[in-house]
Amino acid sequence: MSSSLTARRSPGNRVSSPAARETRSSVTRNNLSGWGFATPFLVFFLVFLVWPVVYGIYMSLTGKSLTGANDSVIGLANYAEAFADADMWRSLGNTLYFTVISTVPLVLVALVMAALLNVGLPAQWLWRLSYFAPYLLASTVVSLFFTWMYNPQLGLINDSLSKIGIPKIAWLNDPNVAMWAIVIATLWWTVGFNFLLYLAAMQNIPAQHYEAASLDGAGAWRQLFSITLPQLGPTTVMIVLLQVLASLKIFDQVYQMTAGGPGGATRPVVQYIFETGFTGYRLGYSAAISYIFFGLIVFVSVLQFVITRRRSA
Amino acid sequence: MATQTLNRATSGTSTSPAVRQPRKKMSAGRIAAVVVAAAIAVLWLVPFAWGTVTAFKSETDAASPKISWIPPSGFTADAFVKVFQDGNIPLWTWNSLYTSAAITAVTLVISSLVAYALSRIDFKGKKVLMTVIIASIIVPPPVLIIPLFYQMLALHMIDTSWAIILPQVIHPAMVFVLKKFFDQIPRELEEAAVMDGASRMRIFLQVVLPLSRPILAAVAIFVFIGAWNNFLWPFIATNDASLLTLPVGLQTIKSAYGIQYAQNMASALLAALPLIVVFLFFQRQIIKGVATTGLAGT
Repeated sequence: MSSSLTARRSPGNRVSSPAARETRSSVTRNNLSGWGFATPFLVFFLVFLVWPVVYGIYMSLTGKSLTGANDSVIGLANYAEAFADADMWRSLGNTLYFTVISTVPLVLVALVMAALLNVGLPAQWLWRLSYFAPYLLASTVVSLFFTWMYNPQLGLINDSLSKIGIPKIAWLNDPNVAMWAIVIATLWWTVGFNFLLYLAAMQNIPAQHYEAASLDGAGAWRQLFSITLPQLGPTTVMIVLLQVLASLKIFDQVYQMTAGGPGGATRPVVQYIFETGFTGYRLGYSAAISYIFFGLIVFVSVLQFVITRRRSA
Repeated sequence: MATQTLNRATSGTSTSPAVRQPRKKMSAGRIAAVVVAAAIAVLWLVPFAWGTVTAFKSETDAASPKISWIPPSGFTADAFVKVFQDGNIPLWTWNSLYTSAAITAVTLVISSLVAYALSRIDFKGKKVLMTVIIASIIVPPPVLIIPLFYQMLALHMIDTSWAIILPQVIHPAMVFVLKKFFDQIPRELEEAAVMDGASRMRIFLQVVLPLSRPILAAVAIFVFIGAWNNFLWPFIATNDASLLTLPVGLQTIKSAYGIQYAQNMASALLAALPLIVVFLFFQRQIIKGVATTGLAGT
C-alpha cells in the first residue's frame, strides 16, 4: 500500500502538471491515502462491530435457536414476549438497582480517596498502589477473594463482625443482602479507576487558585470546599456517566459469586441475555432482549449528554 | 489538554497545593488525612492479605471454623504445589498473555493508522467516518455476544484463539484518543518531510509515531489490561480447556476444587500475580496511561 502511494506522489509529476490538475490529483491522492490508512481498522470495524450490530437486529426478529429449529422471521414477536416477560423485567430491575446503589459509593469513595491524597501526603505511590491495585485483577480473582471472605461459617468478615457482637450474615445467600455484597466487592475492585481520574483532575487545578486562597487565610478544608470541589464539577459528571454505563453492564461478579441467586435476586439483565441464548438456546429471543438493553444504554447516554450540554451552555 | 493531564498526573506532591501552606496550620489536618488514608489502605489490602494467608495454610487449617491469621499447624506451600501439579495455570497464563499481546498489537496498528488519517488527511467522507466511529463507542459489548457468537460459528472460529482475539481489536474510543493526540503535533514537523517528498506512510512512521510514544504506551496499557481481564466474551468463545484464558480458567477451578479453600486462593494469587508485578515495575506509566485514556469513553 505504501509503495503505491509513494509512486503517485512522484515529484516529477508534480512539477510538470498545471496548477489545476495538480490540485485535482492531490485531492485524489488524499482520498486514496485517507481511505488507505483507514482500511485496516475499517475491515475489523465492519466485520466484528457493524455487522454483528446489524445482524443482531435481524436475529431479534427471527425464531433462531441454537438447535436450529426455527429460523423464520417472526417480526416483533420476540419483543412482545420480552415486554411481557416478568423475568426480563426483574433482571432489568436488578441491573438498575445495582447501578444506583453502586454508582454512589464508587464515585464518593473515589473522591474521598483523591481528596485525601491531594492534601499532599508522603509516599504517594504507596496509597496509589493499594487503592488502584485491585483494578488490575480479573473479575474471577475478585470473586474468589470475596466468596471466601463472605463464607458464612469460615469467612473473615463474619468472624470479624462476631467479635463486635454482630450476628452471622449469609452474605451471598440472603436475597436482601446479596446485592449489597456484590456492591462491596465491586467497590473494592474498581473504585481505584475513578480515584485515578479524580486525582488527575485535582492535580490539573492551577496552583494559583490555592495560593490566592491561602493568602486570604483559607484553610485546607475551606480550600477543598471552595476551590477543589467546585472545579471538579465537569470531571464528576464524566465519572458518573462512565460509572453508570459500566454498572449497567454488570455480569461477571454476579455470575461468579451468586450465579444470579438466591432465587434470581441478583440476576442482572446481561446474565438473562446470556442464559436465554446459551442455556435456553433461544438466540432470537436473547437478541431481542439485548436490544432492549441497548436501548436503555442509549437512553442513559443521551440523557447524560443533554444534561452535560445544559450544564456547559 | 490530554498532554497536560499526562504531565501533571504524575508530578506528585510538588504541585499539590497543601505543601505550600504554612506547616503549622497544616499539620493537624495532614495527620488526620494520613490516618484516614492509611485506614482505607489497610482495608483495601485485607482481601489480598487474607487470600495470601489462606493460600499458605493446609486445607485442614483453611477449612477450620476457628479463624486464624497464623495457622495452628504452620504455613505451607502445599496448595501451590498441588495447583501446579494438577492445574493448568501456566497454560492459561500463556493463553492470556499471547491473546492479550496480539489484541494490543493489532489494536495499536489499526487504530493509529485510522487516527492519523482522521487527524491529518483531508479525504472525502472523513466527517462521516469520524461520526460513525464516535457513535460506535456507545455499543456495549454484551449486546454483541449473541450475533457475534453466531457469526463465529459460521466462520468456524468458535474454540480457536481467533475467536478471542479478532472481536477485541476494535476500540473506537482509543482511535479518538490517538486522533486528539495527533492533532496536537505541530504540522511544521511534517512539512519538512513533505518537502523532501516523503510519502504519507513514511511521515507517519518516521515523524509522527516516534513523537507519539507516550500516548501509544497509554493506549497499549489500557487495551492490554482490558484484554487480560476480559471474562464474558472469552468465556463464550472457548470451551476447549487448552484454549482458556486465565480469568475463564479460574472460573472452572472454582467448580472443580469446590471446598479446597487453600487451593482456590493459591490459584487466585497466581492469576493475580503477573499484572501486579508488572504494575510494581511500571506504576508511573500505568497510572499515567489510565488517567489519559480513562475519560475517553465519553
